[in-house]
Amino acid sequence: MNAFDVHTHSDRIDAALIDHLHEGFPLSDRPFAEIGAALDLGEEEVIDRLQKLLATGVLSRFGPLYQIERAGGAYLLAALQVPAGRFDEVAAQVNAHVEVAHNYRRGHRLNMWFVVAGESPSAVDRCVAAIEAETGLPVHCFVREREYRVELRLRALAPEPT
Amino acid sequence: MSAAGPLPGSPVDAPVLSPFERQLVAATQGGLPLVPQPYEAVGALLGVPAREVQDALASLLARGVIRRIGAVPNHYRLGYVANGMTVWDVDDARVDELGERIAQLPGVTHCYRRRRALPDWPYNLFVMLHGRSRVEVERQALTVRDLLGDACRDRAILYSTQLLKKTGVRLPGGGQPKE
Repeated sequence: MNAFDVHTHSDRIDAALIDHLHEGFPLSDRPFAEIGAALDLGEEEVIDRLQKLLATGVLSRFGPLYQIERAGGAYLLAALQVPAGRFDEVAAQVNAHVEVAHNYRRGHRLNMWFVVAGESPSAVDRCVAAIEAETGLPVHCFVREREYRVELRLRALAPEPT
Repeated sequence: MSAAGPLPGSPVDAPVLSPFERQLVAATQGGLPLVPQPYEAVGALLGVPAREVQDALASLLARGVIRRIGAVPNHYRLGYVANGMTVWDVDDARVDELGERIAQLPGVTHCYRRRRALPDWPYNLFVMLHGRSRVEVERQALTVRDLLGDACRDRAILYSTQLLKKTGVRLPGGGQPKE
């Protein structure tokens, strides 16, 4: 997977667009036109660029970011210790659950880490139980007690690491 | 396996969304349509004018059910290829004070206190670090270590070696991922 290259003119515009969208998306009738006006781009161009960024996977999504706990929902960070020979099979079993929002392979004895999001704590528990039943592996649950920060704003235009 | 459980003070299975809001969540959790008038397009799906969609989204934002309307980058594609989940065993008496400070450091995207899973897992502070290289993440981790000082007894860094799934949150029945 190639990192996109902020040194090209077109990618710099994309990066500026991504960074600008961190400031929020307007609830107006023509929000893409409004975003474009701030960046000196046309409405069509903003839409075209976002379509391309989604299609090429630079953006994983665009839209409302729900904090479902505020609506009675629940999140859980969980991990599995998957035998090496079964990794792909277990990844497919875990990923098949719509409640699994993301999943990473990590270099550790616990080698698969995923987040389960459900519309209620009991829905999360049911998903965890289903994963245990399907994989035959114990799911390790890392219950969150306090959140100090959730911040998805890594800047696309940051020139150099600090 | 242990119960997911709610955070203290959060509702348990609370029906805090109206039926219309539930429909709206289902219609938008996969993303907003990329058309000039996206709220009108969502409204057309739900049989209401754009204004009702905009008002409901504004209310959900005000109540914190929506964090923001935004674009979620794939970190890897932005060049943040080193993704380290650092975990720390921190003195319970000091973890909240230190966690608040660590959360402000550059490169930190998530910072949580989690319940230990003893005896195998002594770590109670989780700090996600993102950098353009492992060297950069190691440097960020040293900053965290210095800040924790003698309040920290043990630590580990778990690097991601493969992104297996990233769809964002989708409630069951809320439409299929585009990916």
